[in-house]
Amino acid sequence: MSLDQPKTVDEEAIIRMAERVETAQRYAVPIRKLTEDYPDLTIADAYRVQTALRRNLEKKGERVIGWKAGLTSKPKMAQMGVSTPGVGFLTDAMERPANSKITVSDMIHPRVEAEIAFVTNKELSGKVTREDVLAATDYVQPALEVIDSRFTGFKFDLESVLADNSSSARYVPGGRMIRPDALDLRTVGVVLEHNGEIAQIGAGAEVLGHPAEAIAMLVGVLDDMGEVLPAGSFVMAGAITAAVAVKPGDSITARFYEMGSITVTFTE
Amino acid sequence: MLDSTKIESLGDALYDALRSGRPTQKISALEPESDIEDAYRIQLRMLERRLEAGDEVVGKKIGLTSRAIQDALGVYQPDFGQVTKRMLFEDGATIDLSKLMQPRLEGELAFRLKEDLIGPGVTVTDVIRATDYVTPCFEIVDTRYQDWQIKIQDTVADNASCGVFVLGEAKADPRDLDLSLAGMVIEKNGEVVATGAGAAVQGSPVMAVAWLANTLGRLGIPLKAGEIILSGAQAPLLAVTDGDHFTCEIAGIGACEMRFAGRAMV
Repeated sequence: MSLDQPKTVDEEAIIRMAERVETAQRYAVPIRKLTEDYPDLTIADAYRVQTALRRNLEKKGERVIGWKAGLTSKPKMAQMGVSTPGVGFLTDAMERPANSKITVSDMIHPRVEAEIAFVTNKELSGKVTREDVLAATDYVQPALEVIDSRFTGFKFDLESVLADNSSSARYVPGGRMIRPDALDLRTVGVVLEHNGEIAQIGAGAEVLGHPAEAIAMLVGVLDDMGEVLPAGSFVMAGAITAAVAVKPGDSITARFYEMGSITVTFTE
Repeated sequence: MLDSTKIESLGDALYDALRSGRPTQKISALEPESDIEDAYRIQLRMLERRLEAGDEVVGKKIGLTSRAIQDALGVYQPDFGQVTKRMLFEDGATIDLSKLMQPRLEGELAFRLKEDLIGPGVTVTDVIRATDYVTPCFEIVDTRYQDWQIKIQDTVADNASCGVFVLGEAKADPRDLDLSLAGMVIEKNGEVVATGAGAAVQGSPVMAVAWLANTLGRLGIPLKAGEIILSGAQAPLLAVTDGDHFTCEIAGIGACEMRFAGRAMV
């Protein structure tokens, strides 16, 4: 994803778009795609909006604790016409505990995905490999990601979704922590159950052949943005299963081979 | 219920299609009133012809195990076919596509039995006890009809659309791993093309084998020690072509591999 594209909008427009996204997130009111008003928006511009959003949330006291990779499956990448994942930041305010009830009235149209998360113990910066990522990983563990596009009808283009923090909304770490060399993450099978029925099935290799590959590419995108991945970051590698839409009363359980399971329920 | 003359001629037509590579007409079109029981009798006739030609039964395959395929056919239970010695290829084999009609590839877990399993009344515990080992396996499904737009009686009559299969060398004791959550990764020419897990097969491949033992038991057919049971596809069906190299890896067991060469007949 090239971030050295020309900037097509000025700083004021970036700030205005970031405020629009933040308001939609805060009040759970959908907005139209940013590209409808800024048709020339580039990917570089979109990440400028995402960064402005991040700074705004930090000013309000939220702490960035990590990142997520999105668009990590081959079909999704082909659909969006990209060759690297999109990234989004995660703050402490987005975290929900396993076995909790997650409120949905403060989201627009939440969907849940099962992922593998990496917790790092060394800084990662610049262009790194899958092996570099594994060497900088303290442990991996299961995670659920609740995504929520702020755009009407969950319909967006690449620029709009990146500006919208890659649809990040909530995340739930859980299951069993495991050292990255203790298990082949490619063949970790994942079953996502929706109200007790199997809804989605996949394995770790669904994420760019290996989840650590997505983290390596995420570090590359951060480098393009002038950022590094600090030691102690919590990073989600991307969806192993397709997303499942949830409503109040629903329960979701994700079961991971040798890594335990996570259950959450959803409430008004 | 079709009379035995019809059953015989439909089974013979499928056998002739298998041998010649020229598609035969669908049972559902020729005999719209035919049911699944008729279809299994046709399957048996086709099998008799193979055995007369010197082949022998080495096991069974379970089909229609995934929710996606069941939704497509509107049938909410699996089916089965019989697998023979001439359908069996070893790990690393190259499959000659010119001997197949419209092949597609599936990744599965195969069970090798060390004890007979005689239903009804077979439980998952019995299946585990009777299993010698499990191994990754490719099933190359094929159809002896004009296309894959088939109904339940078509696939059942056509030996559950079985073509050939490649049995892995990597083995595991089923008690040593979680067969429901063990992930499967299929790579084509070094790229991941499909993933899945055992849960795709009736919740667990062990449950599919128990289903088969009980279904066959009601028909008076035992699963015998030494037989190989193909438990059903864990990942989406894949297209294949000349020169393709595939690997199928299952967590806690290992991988098997195979190649394709030549061009399919239809």
